[in-house]
Amino acid sequence: MEIKKGLYYTEENEWVRVEGNKAYIGITDYAQDALGDIVYIELPDVGDTLKAGDAFSVVESVKAASDVFLPVSGTVIEINEELEDSPELINEDPYGSWIIAVDLLDVTELDELMDAEAYEEFSSQEN
Amino acid sequence: MRDYNKLIFEISREGRKAYSLPKCDVDTLPVDELIPEKYLSSTPTNMPEVSEVDIVRHYTNLSSKNYGVDTGFYPLGSCTMKYNPKINEVVASYDGFRNIHPLQPEETVQGALEVMYELQKALGEITGMSEVSLQPAAGAHGELTGLMIMKAYHRERGEDTKRTKIIVPDSAHGTNPASASVLGYEVVEIESDKNGDVNVEKLKEAMGDDIAGMMLTNPSTLGLFEPNVNEICDIVHAAGGLMYYDGANANAILGVTRPGDMGFDIIHLNLHKTFSTPHGGGGPGSGPVGVSEELAKFLPTPTVEKHGDVYTLNYSKPSSIGKVKGFYGHFGVCVRAYAYILSMGAEGLENVSANAVINANYLMQALKGTYKLPIDRLCKHEFVLGGIENDNGITTLDIAKRLIDYGYYPPTVYFPLTIHEAMMIEPTETESVETLDAFISAMLKIAEEAESTPELLKEAPHNTPVRRVDEVSAARNPIIKYT
Amino acid sequence: MHRYIPNTEADLTCMLDRLGLSSIDELFRDIPRELLLENGLDLPEALSEQELISKMMGLSKKNSGVNELTCFLGAGAYDHFIPVVVGELVSRSEFYTSYTPYQPEISQGTLQAIFEYQTMICNLTGMDSTNASMYDGPTACAEAARMAVDSTRRNTIAVSRTVNPEVRKVLDTYMDLCGFKIVEIGMDNGATDISQLEEQLNDDLAAVVVQSPNFFGIIEDMNAVGELLSGSKTLFISYVNPISLAVLKKPGEYGADIAVGEGQSLGNSLNFGGPYVGFLATTKKLMRKMPGRIVGQTTDVDGKRAFVLTLQAREQHIRRSKASSNICSNQGLNALASAIYMATMGESGLKEVATQCMQKAHYAQKKLTENGVYKPLFDRPFFMEFAVTSAVDPSSVNRDLLEAGILGGYQLSREYDEYTNGLLLCVTEKRTKAEIDKLVDCMLETAAKEGRGMA
Repeated sequence: MEIKKGLYYTEENEWVRVEGNKAYIGITDYAQDALGDIVYIELPDVGDTLKAGDAFSVVESVKAASDVFLPVSGTVIEINEELEDSPELINEDPYGSWIIAVDLLDVTELDELMDAEAYEEFSSQEN
Repeated sequence: MRDYNKLIFEISREGRKAYSLPKCDVDTLPVDELIPEKYLSSTPTNMPEVSEVDIVRHYTNLSSKNYGVDTGFYPLGSCTMKYNPKINEVVASYDGFRNIHPLQPEETVQGALEVMYELQKALGEITGMSEVSLQPAAGAHGELTGLMIMKAYHRERGEDTKRTKIIVPDSAHGTNPASASVLGYEVVEIESDKNGDVNVEKLKEAMGDDIAGMMLTNPSTLGLFEPNVNEICDIVHAAGGLMYYDGANANAILGVTRPGDMGFDIIHLNLHKTFSTPHGGGGPGSGPVGVSEELAKFLPTPTVEKHGDVYTLNYSKPSSIGKVKGFYGHFGVCVRAYAYILSMGAEGLENVSANAVINANYLMQALKGTYKLPIDRLCKHEFVLGGIENDNGITTLDIAKRLIDYGYYPPTVYFPLTIHEAMMIEPTETESVETLDAFISAMLKIAEEAESTPELLKEAPHNTPVRRVDEVSAARNPIIKYT
Repeated sequence: MHRYIPNTEADLTCMLDRLGLSSIDELFRDIPRELLLENGLDLPEALSEQELISKMMGLSKKNSGVNELTCFLGAGAYDHFIPVVVGELVSRSEFYTSYTPYQPEISQGTLQAIFEYQTMICNLTGMDSTNASMYDGPTACAEAARMAVDSTRRNTIAVSRTVNPEVRKVLDTYMDLCGFKIVEIGMDNGATDISQLEEQLNDDLAAVVVQSPNFFGIIEDMNAVGELLSGSKTLFISYVNPISLAVLKKPGEYGADIAVGEGQSLGNSLNFGGPYVGFLATTKKLMRKMPGRIVGQTTDVDGKRAFVLTLQAREQHIRRSKASSNICSNQGLNALASAIYMATMGESGLKEVATQCMQKAHYAQKKLTENGVYKPLFDRPFFMEFAVTSAVDPSSVNRDLLEAGILGGYQLSREYDEYTNGLLLCVTEKRTKAEIDKLVDCMLETAAKEGRGMA
């Protein structure tokens, strides 16, 4: 399983890439593999303000539907519309296929998340 | 003709027709004089245009691509695919049942009301419940109706806003949590213990004055009778909750024990499972709901009542939850179920359970050495295997698909979720020991093939009208109509 | 032993032996003793097939149906002609003894038939997508309302008072116990009061439900409703009679977001109220919000066209408590009957049925109201049902009609207090001129007899 350096990770297998006050969020290689062929993704609306821990998206495979939780609070400023037509991009390139970008409300929340090493450690135990 | 592969739209030819109607014998006016043009459609309906022979051949060919109980053994766990007696189809088609309008004056439908009344009474006796409504259209609809009654009960006591949680065991059918959450309940899942029973200690911990009730299937989806059912009912009742009985597996207990006697307050039955009415390729089913005396006032309206020799529909029940479906439920299905109960009698129903249970145990014992049996104890009407030990990556799905090659409908697979590689087998009482023996041979042969020729399983089925289908592209780019 | 249970006593003995058990009772030893039923069930003894036939035949003969009485009753269930092939083909046991098509390889018959049904419903309603069918019209409407609440995240449904009371009652039960609100839109001369609807629009409204032809048979101005709601987040749920769509504007043509209705008219017998079949069709945008089964087209490993249940991740068996609906069946066999009916009638047949209903209903209405004893209750365009009023008590009218072998109309006072003497009559393509003339004569006779001739 690929775990990319320089990203933040959650125990629910989401990743966060921070650029200034903007955070891109997606699901990890482990998550996409566990789900199998992704057939659909439900995206939130731009402008929605959500709290850390809120489910902001649902990723569906043929046999499963999985909520994606927001690792950090923020206002949705971009959604990856390409995924609406080609959800398989998440399978093909999980770290390249961000789902949403949020404007961070509280950067200190990032401190609660794992870095690549910690996530690797977590994965080897949990997953 | 198993290669027939035409859509009805593809055999359509303009101008062809399969119908005949009498001439319109009244004075007619141009349509736009009757109805203003702005209300009239300007587009065609694009219905196929075919001859009567085309229709008959098309649907006959389609039917030959289907597998039904009449085709062969259908051990689909939790679905009770028993034989659907032909006489039931015949009686349901009697003119006096099939061709009566739901709003006819009651004096013209006394026979229909009598069927409903007598069926309610019989189902009440079979389940030990005080009153029964036939209105719900299916099992899931029965659950919804039952939980609505639960909610109405708590509301009357001023506790509905406080009691927001429904307890469901983790082995429950997905419909249970879905029904609860449709009504706004929060679902609390209770883990099963290692024997597959409800973990009573965990249940006690979950109790509180926020519990509206608990939904329990007994025998459970693992085919096991819940030994602590009395205690479970007591625990939930003591906390002020109600007990809901999911009757999906009632085939195991007819004439043996009754949910009413176990302590349940609300139940539903599936007439299409336990009472032999056909599944129809997905419906119509029927999911009557039964309740204790205390809850009878909440049942949907209208209720069927008998006053002297006259049957009536009662619409004025002030505490009723109201209507959950148009008219009175699936009357046509009820007629079949009533005919079934009459043809079985009390003793026949007891034999149903005895044979359903012995058939399931017989299969379980024969298969358990070869296939994994995660919970090995006396089962009721069904049991759950956990796939097969092998080094070739053979999954439950492969076994299921290979069974098709041997002429069987596969068991329910990957359910319940609590069993890895689950394969849930329910033979029902309408199968003979020879059928079971033949199925056992096929299963054992498949287990051998899993070792010797795994590709036979991986690529199965081989001789079906279509082979394994691409579900991923179906879901990614849905094509749900012909264009 | 019983004819449906093949194991003989000898078989059972042998099987028990194999299981190491000594009696049938031991099969139930896991059931706590105090729960065992001591004296068996209090049910009658089994009937032989001959006895059963005679018992059920006797019960059926206590009913007088629409083949015995001439039916002018509608109000949500309709006496249309059903071509014989429909019943013949639906009776094929490969169809009716199969389960929900979980194993596509041996369920292509059901799957393809539903795929074709879905196509026909989309074509008929002018909508993009539909599911494999719902329990009936009223529950389809309730599910549409839930869908609207779910997708708009709003809490209130507005329902016109001209929607069939049977539908409104089911909607009331669902909305009430699911914790949502219903508001009623009033009516004006038998149709939805559009200006009242306009006043009631607000940001809490998930959907507006309007029926056309409505409960009184009147054709609603659905264009106006569509225009009013276009651009707003509030969804437009249109409850329609499928037969009427061969002639009247389709929901897709006037901007409905969800079209629902009762499919009984399409080849399903009256059956004293069920089983029927509901349909629910919607836009491409809301496709994944639909409840219930959906069949999709795909290919098998050999590249052959195949059909399969699809978009299942919406459903209860995967989402459990997060599913937006708990529905896990459809009305498979009734949907099949509808599809065969639509295929049999075809483009021109459906149109002819709709036209004959309309012509005959208008003939009846004109004939019945021309001398003024019975007056049209409303003055609006109608389809195949119409309401009349008079000085005569409609229960006397219906009583006399029944005596003359006619199933009379629906007494509107059952659900609408203000229409004390209102009677709703329905005329389908099955009715002949002679039957209609007899209806009119009988009704006039009753009026004359009651001495209230010219009110």
